[in-house]
Amino acid sequence: MNIRLAWARGVFVAGAVALATMLTLPPAAAEAPTKSPPEKSPLRWGADSEGGAPYICKDPQDVNRYVGFEVDLAAALEKPLGRRIEFVQYDFKSLTAGVRRGDFDFAMNGVEDTPDRRKALRLSRPYYVYTLQLVARADEKRFDSLEACKKAGGVVGTLEDTAAERLLDQMGVEKKVYGSQVEPYRDLEIGRIDAVLLDLPIATYYAKPNEKLKFVGPARNPGYYVIAFRRDQEALAREVDKAIVELAKSGELQRIYEKWQIWNDEQKRLLDSGVSDFLTESGKQWNFARYFPLLLKGAVVTVELTFLSMLVAAILGLPIALMRLYGNWPMQLAATAYVEFFRGIPVLLLLFFLYYGLPVIAENFHWTIGLKLSPMTAAILGFGLNYAAYQAEIYRAGIASIPVGQWEAGASLGMTQLHTFRRIILPQAVRVILPPSTNDLVALFKDTSIVSIIAIEELTKEYQILAKSSLKYLEIGFVTAMLYLVMSVPLGYLSRYLERRWGKGR
Amino acid sequence: MTGNMQVVISHVTKRFNSHTVLNDVSLTIEAGQTVALIGPSGAGKSTLLRSINGLNSFDEGEIRVGSHTLLPNRSHHACPGARQVRRVFGMIFQDFQLFPHLTALQNVMDAPRYVLGLSKADAEKRAMKLLDRVGLAAKAAAYPQELSGGQKQRVAIARAMAMEPRGLLCDEITSALDPELKNEVLSVLEDLKREGLTLILVTHEIGFARRAADRVVVLAEGRIIEDGPPHEVLDNPKAPRTRQFLSQILV
Ligand SMILES: Nc1ncnc2c1ncn2[C@@H]1O[C@H](COP(=O)(O)OP(=O)(O)OP(=O)(O)O)[C@@H](O)[C@H]1O
Ligand SMILES: [Mg+2]
Repeated sequence: MNIRLAWARGVFVAGAVALATMLTLPPAAAEAPTKSPPEKSPLRWGADSEGGAPYICKDPQDVNRYVGFEVDLAAALEKPLGRRIEFVQYDFKSLTAGVRRGDFDFAMNGVEDTPDRRKALRLSRPYYVYTLQLVARADEKRFDSLEACKKAGGVVGTLEDTAAERLLDQMGVEKKVYGSQVEPYRDLEIGRIDAVLLDLPIATYYAKPNEKLKFVGPARNPGYYVIAFRRDQEALAREVDKAIVELAKSGELQRIYEKWQIWNDEQKRLLDSGVSDFLTESGKQWNFARYFPLLLKGAVVTVELTFLSMLVAAILGLPIALMRLYGNWPMQLAATAYVEFFRGIPVLLLLFFLYYGLPVIAENFHWTIGLKLSPMTAAILGFGLNYAAYQAEIYRAGIASIPVGQWEAGASLGMTQLHTFRRIILPQAVRVILPPSTNDLVALFKDTSIVSIIAIEELTKEYQILAKSSLKYLEIGFVTAMLYLVMSVPLGYLSRYLERRWGKGR
Repeated sequence: MTGNMQVVISHVTKRFNSHTVLNDVSLTIEAGQTVALIGPSGAGKSTLLRSINGLNSFDEGEIRVGSHTLLPNRSHHACPGARQVRRVFGMIFQDFQLFPHLTALQNVMDAPRYVLGLSKADAEKRAMKLLDRVGLAAKAAAYPQELSGGQKQRVAIARAMAMEPRGLLCDEITSALDPELKNEVLSVLEDLKREGLTLILVTHEIGFARRAADRVVVLAEGRIIEDGPPHEVLDNPKAPRTRQFLSQILV
């Protein structure tokens, strides 16, 4: 037997075994404590480990393990509770929704104590006092506080649906909202935004070690991290409350926080004083008149994004199609490579690359142009490049569907090839091209909902923000869906109309 | 002028891959002649006709049309000199190949307007005159899909005539038509013949060939096997292959 083949098969089998092991092993298995008795079923703990340091993140030394102060806290809770705690990966922004749905028993992931959450969930006593820390570039001279930053017209980055975002809203500071905690500091560093306001533990972990960034002013606006349960889990919640007090008394909490360098006087006060509820954040009353204008604003962004991206795709697609149809072989190869490449990679990846990747490349090669695309430019370019591949194929099929006899008829009348193409072939091909292009437009229209990852607040993003601040997932979701339908259904009808009119027979 | 508008085909050979479709074909056609090209299916009639119009290339020999010469060319597409030759001969196709997105009038006036550079008014005047001549002035605003087969083919003839060619190459232009529609197209051809146009017709209309052609050329398996006046070739063929072919289509 061919040696290379045997080797390849060996690698394949080894890979398959490794994969199977990874799939069957629950992520927290490596975390399983040896000390706690496993009689009762494990508690399921929902949190987001993606970019989640110092709360919970993958251990860089061993990707099957998780580390963070909340991981240590969960491990410490196992003993007083007498139950194992099993980690469940869950999207940060949907954590409270996840508790309510019962996807896990509790959420512990820097969940802030707010009046809205108190209404909807059973919150534990606080286990940590967070404060909000403003961070700017080290060479920043325009401001030394959040107020001064606002006066200087600075844009402040923060995380979606957090106390920090609400504070920025209250103060009327121009903000930019992110989905995870790594990107705001990156954007700050390269100058896309002017400051970042986030919880002190995050700032301590991500900004403090970075000599290009500095803390601005003292941490402010304290609030509590709590563990969130479903309302009907009162018994469990009480047990956890008691366990937190025990851990505070025994000094275990302090030990954990010191290990993660997030221990400070605020924590001392919290653990000494027991608990009080001094929360003063104003709960917002979200009604239709309040949220609908915001949804409409998002819808306008969605429409803008869709049509501009389609314009780029429609223009870029034609030369690619022509190169594929009539070019010499290097041109055909290039055009085919373009189509296969951009059809083959997820748009999400492309958007990430254009928005976050390009500035890094420019920096590494010391280019004078920073390649710092605005979110809208990056999105239009990303979708434009991606859909140009689809458009090119639609054009190609459309042009190829015109019988060669039409070319010959043009030629026999003395027309040049270019003339024949422009006056005879293209006008006919357009009729074939339009219906599928309209279909593409509808698909693109819905695809644009993923741009929230590069901080564009279009319709879906606006929905997520509103739903989370109001907890009216169903109502606002319904209104959002209606907005999408009102726009996409007529487009669908247009497509079918064009198909009927031009699609078959000529 | 008429004297140098001869078509001289000398020793033309055409292969598709290894299959020889035209085998050392030589033929001279005088200006104003009407030639019926007949022969069994696959004989190479269309290939020969398209070669004269530069719509396909050939591998050996040469074709002279008036003062223009087409030379062998390995590529399957454009022949050098093809555009000049196309100004001398128009081409009519079996399946009309009208431009479906243009009206009958626009079909006819497009090439004069944009290839010859006529003004819109002049091109339109010329087109209307030609549509009138083929009996379709009333259909000027109609789109191809609104026309019958015979009407379409007459528009196609008007379209070719709008370039003021010296002759027409017609490839089975009545084959797709019902019998009663054939005659309206054939009578247009007879009209053009009277005007002195050179007509090279691939046809299965033996009756029409006998009536209108000056000369009948029989092509079989890529070779010319018979060439002469209609009554000789059609009524008294010498080659057994011609006899066999005629007996087949005359049943
Ligand atoms: N593009 C092509 N590629 C390969 N072979 C071809 C091509 N065009 C024609 N042929 C072959 O050349 C031969 C002659 O074709 P041609 O169309 O000239 O015949 P014809 O005499 O017009 O026949 P018919 O009466 O059926 O129209 C046929 O065997 C055909 O299969
Ligand atoms: Mg033929």
